[in-house]
Amino acid sequence: MYRGKLWTMRQFSGMGTPEQTNLRYKFLLEKGQTGLSVAFDNPTLYGRDSDHPLSQGEVGKTGVAVDTLDDMERLFRDIPLADVSTSMTINAPAAWIFAMFLANAENHGIPFARLQGTLQNDILKEYIAQKEWIFPPEPHLRLITDLMVFCRDHVPQWNTISISGYHIREAGSTAAQELAFTLADGFCYVEHALKAGMDIDEFAPRLSFFFNSHLDFFEEIAKLRAARRIWARHMKKRYKAKSPRSWLCRFHVQTAGCSLTAQQPEINVVRTALEALAGVLGGCQSLHTNSMDEALALPSEKAVEIALRTQQIIAFESGVANVIDPLGGSYYVERLTRDLEEEAERYFKRIDALGGVVRAIEQGFFQREITRAAYEYQMGLSRRKKILVGVNEFVNTGQRLEIPVLEIDESIERDQIRRLAEIKERRDNQAVRSRLEALRKAAAGSENLIPPLLEAVRVHAALGEISEALVKVFGEYREQPFY
Amino acid sequence: MAEQRIKVIIAKPGLDGHDRGAKVVARALVEAGMEVVYLGLQQTPESIVRAAVEEDADVVGISILSGAHMTHFRRIKELMDGQGLGDRLLTGGGIIPTKDQAKLKEIGVEKVFGPGDDLQEIIDYIRHWRAAQGR
Repeated sequence: MYRGKLWTMRQFSGMGTPEQTNLRYKFLLEKGQTGLSVAFDNPTLYGRDSDHPLSQGEVGKTGVAVDTLDDMERLFRDIPLADVSTSMTINAPAAWIFAMFLANAENHGIPFARLQGTLQNDILKEYIAQKEWIFPPEPHLRLITDLMVFCRDHVPQWNTISISGYHIREAGSTAAQELAFTLADGFCYVEHALKAGMDIDEFAPRLSFFFNSHLDFFEEIAKLRAARRIWARHMKKRYKAKSPRSWLCRFHVQTAGCSLTAQQPEINVVRTALEALAGVLGGCQSLHTNSMDEALALPSEKAVEIALRTQQIIAFESGVANVIDPLGGSYYVERLTRDLEEEAERYFKRIDALGGVVRAIEQGFFQREITRAAYEYQMGLSRRKKILVGVNEFVNTGQRLEIPVLEIDESIERDQIRRLAEIKERRDNQAVRSRLEALRKAAAGSENLIPPLLEAVRVHAALGEISEALVKVFGEYREQPFY
Repeated sequence: MAEQRIKVIIAKPGLDGHDRGAKVVARALVEAGMEVVYLGLQQTPESIVRAAVEEDADVVGISILSGAHMTHFRRIKELMDGQGLGDRLLTGGGIIPTKDQAKLKEIGVEKVFGPGDDLQEIIDYIRHWRAAQGR
């Protein structure tokens, strides 16, 4: 598998302004990364503009701020979008961020059919774990199927969704829960797409997944193998997919952020290396390796370079990429794979009994399972049943080693807000108003929302303005906190 | 005479959705015999202090990993002082750099917790504070 094509080395990345992030992308590409991955700031993730009152103090802090098409252009300036694939970690406003991405490509003369990449666009796990929603589930699910239909017809190389377990695991789940909840979400999307009238083989080949690679080396490899087996079986038997490409469980892996320690941060390099190796031995198509300073801040240049070199050593020096599924046949890994598979199937039955994923979310099923697992994990650390080197064992007391960490300046927020104000003044506000109204009408009906979204972003309607227009139709989601 | 249970508000102000720590701490405090009012995500300083007033809370504990801690802690402290809760404990956790912890001390947030800190430390800190209040 890797002999023909190595996994994509794709470092999740974004900070401050689009210009700053653009520089970091160029740095990473120059250091040998082979795919892009965009990290947006909190306001953007929630579909809000930088000038929204609730965005105060948050602009550019945990990713790049994107308010309009203008920001998208600056983000990807001088980057050959026709030649490098782009993954965007965006969920609630995924469709209109995608519209900005498409419009930007269009402005640079790149046909949609040439674009390769992935949108995370996985709203179910937001309610479960990552917590970035705008509307209740049904409108978000409609936007997801609209995007799948649009891409089927116009952006055929695009992975429309990255059905994710990473965040579920980061929230504290076990490996079995990560596996089961992710695939259950996947089945839910499949069923929605089928209900929307698509043929299984029309959209399934463009579904993709995203798993965590955590500390338990063999368990993680087994989890990834179990995912492939479960997905293929259900796609063939339950959903009657005929194309072998529909049976594939293609996934991105990120090494576990929650396994990184603030204490003795340099040793995170070792944790990340082992986790990355597990991801490769588990057969990932794309990999992000965490930087050693990520328990403390966004990665510095030095730290992210080491993270990338970690992948390159695995790829080019270790020899593990020369064989497909090298641990196949290992008595231990096969046993672990089977056990995880069986545990996942038991979870599927429980979820079905609750009425499916959406009903289970409403009842707090996933949230409670995850919090219980998180609490048990923490108690395991407190009781030293689980050892974390440098934290509850092999502690360097009295030693304060500070490594240089990235700081996001407060002026970024002011600059971004000023920029947005200038755009709002320069653009054709009449056109913006009428396109937002057209979008609102379309949302109230049943037509595909991607074309009106494209129309709106082309005239520089802002992210938050679009969200607000859609909230008028779809309403806002308010979580009932389960813990 | 029974000791009054320590009442703690746990909340996440702003847009940070990483609630694993907040939930685990909430559960640990409940296990330790405290009363927890878990407000959840997307709270504002105003909504948090309003709940603290309504609940007559002893402790307000906030969780922030997004880098917006100075903004939120400052505002919450200001509101608590202004609404008669100046003598209550304001604490929290998340990703708060050491140099910012020093700045927080200056505005009356004595201690915050971070990655690797043990749950028992948090429980003890709150109990010791309460004992020192003599309430």
